[in-house]
Amino acid sequence: MSVRARRALLYALATAAGVVMAFPFVWMLLTSVKSESEATAFPPGLLPTQWLFSNYADAWRAAPFGRYFLNSAIMALGTIALSLATAALAAYALARMRVPGRGLIFGVLLATLVIPPEVTLIPNYIAMQRLGWYNTYLALIVPFGASVFNVFLLRQAFLQLPQELYDAAVLEGCGHLRYLWRFAVPLSRPTLAIIALLTGIRAWNDFQWPLIITDTADLRPIQVGLTIFRSDVSTNFQLLMAGSVMALAPIVVLFLLTQRQLVQGIARSGLRG
Amino acid sequence: MSGDRVVTRHLGMRFPLRGRELVALEDVNLRMADQEFCCIVGPSGCGKTTFLRILAGLERQTAGELHLEVTDPARPLSAMVFQEQSVFPWMTVEENVGYGLRMRGVHATVRRGVVAHYLEKVGLTQFAKAYPYQLSGGMKQRASVARAFATAPQILLMDEPFAAVDEQTRALLQEELLRVWESDRKTVVYITHSIDEALVLGDRVLVMSARPGHIKAEIPVTLPRPRSVYELKSTPEFAELVAKVWEPLRQEVLGSFSAMARAS
Ligand SMILES: Nc1ncnc2c1ncn2[C@@H]1O[C@H](COP(=O)(O)OP(=O)(O)OP(=O)(O)O)[C@@H](O)[C@H]1O
Ligand SMILES: [Mg+2]
Repeated sequence: MSVRARRALLYALATAAGVVMAFPFVWMLLTSVKSESEATAFPPGLLPTQWLFSNYADAWRAAPFGRYFLNSAIMALGTIALSLATAALAAYALARMRVPGRGLIFGVLLATLVIPPEVTLIPNYIAMQRLGWYNTYLALIVPFGASVFNVFLLRQAFLQLPQELYDAAVLEGCGHLRYLWRFAVPLSRPTLAIIALLTGIRAWNDFQWPLIITDTADLRPIQVGLTIFRSDVSTNFQLLMAGSVMALAPIVVLFLLTQRQLVQGIARSGLRG
Repeated sequence: MSGDRVVTRHLGMRFPLRGRELVALEDVNLRMADQEFCCIVGPSGCGKTTFLRILAGLERQTAGELHLEVTDPARPLSAMVFQEQSVFPWMTVEENVGYGLRMRGVHATVRRGVVAHYLEKVGLTQFAKAYPYQLSGGMKQRASVARAFATAPQILLMDEPFAAVDEQTRALLQEELLRVWESDRKTVVYITHSIDEALVLGDRVLVMSARPGHIKAEIPVTLPRPRSVYELKSTPEFAELVAKVWEPLRQEVLGSFSAMARAS
């Protein structure tokens, strides 16, 4: 096959894959501006006959979404900040410091990756109860403020920094914390961006945990808030989709902002998603 | 014994390696006078960098003793120039050179003076505000040398600092290093692959054996100072010294080759 034909085939395949990936997203966007009868019509039509952008205003008014957004933002940013701090400290210790039994500690940490998150749900719940954190932001943030996967990623990044750089810094009078803060962290920015993004998305999209650890509207994040459009008997699809688009918007923006660092980070860490 | 700056006795270093042990250094005995310029040559992988890192306190020997004479507790004991990758990429040349002083709380005005002095000595005054990516390899090494001198260390450790630059630049850098050192003498341990370089710079050349590394031969370099790199190399004394160093070294290089062949 000529280079040209091969390239054409490649583009065709990539386009097909793109369409498949984008379809649910496009469907959501289109449904979000349909009328109620069109949204639930069968067989469904692709394009709305009437574009009802007022669905967004209706959805926004249906519940205190401003408050929900704020809660989600606090939860996501808090989790990101805490995760970065814990990952940086742990990864540094595991990569640089000579702690007896370091290999064993790292192995045990990695082993916890196979524990399914569902298993930790109840112990986490009980821990939060005992700490008296039920119905607090702390309960929304702290249980996810440390992740072995993040530690692993960042440790790899730290290990790749040249030994000479560390040696030079130490000889110039740099201590552990200063080296971590002034050298290791700035040089590992792409990896930190990945950690921030993945952690942020996870926290923003979390549904189950906030549902069980809070029971007031004051602390309800956006994903839980969206359930207002669903009930046992019926679902208000067009408003649910409009709400979902609003909930998704910050993540899309965040992704666009960190895209470049992200691609770099993925290429560098060998992480495949 | 007074006057000795560096003394090692039966110094050894072992690294754990896949359940076994790798003996990097064994029974290294060395005595260096204050302000002596000592060059170490040896086959690749014989433990030269390891030895230097032990001298710098970055690594601790697993056997034997190391004694470094501290004459001035206010000054750092040692500074190191690495083969590469040791200038801090996000700092300007000026900030790189002044970093150690800043870490030690030296006042900004004093610091500026010291930095300017050494930048001038290595010919980087015009590049004070440049970032490392804007410099050539040779210039980065100059910055590294200036940084090492700036904190006025009592011992200067250099690990093949000019190995990555081209030959003409290397000769230039050697001349520069000699000039800076003549006016600011300190004890230097200098590692190199090049016999010529060792003889041009050193008061003494130590030949290390293949792994496990120990000091196999010592050749005093009696060439007068100040030295000029180009003139020196054409003298008969120089040729004679080259032969003297090459002889013990050759056996070790051959030995390390056959050891590698056996291992693979
Ligand atoms: N941290 C370490 N852990 C395990 N082995 C090590 C470590 N550092 C060095 N070694 C081993 O010790 C031996 C000596 O290494 P070293 O870097 O000192 O050699 P070298 O003489 O500097 O070589 P070159 O001339 O190629 O720079 C090598 O076999 C190396 O694999
Ligand atoms: Mg080396």
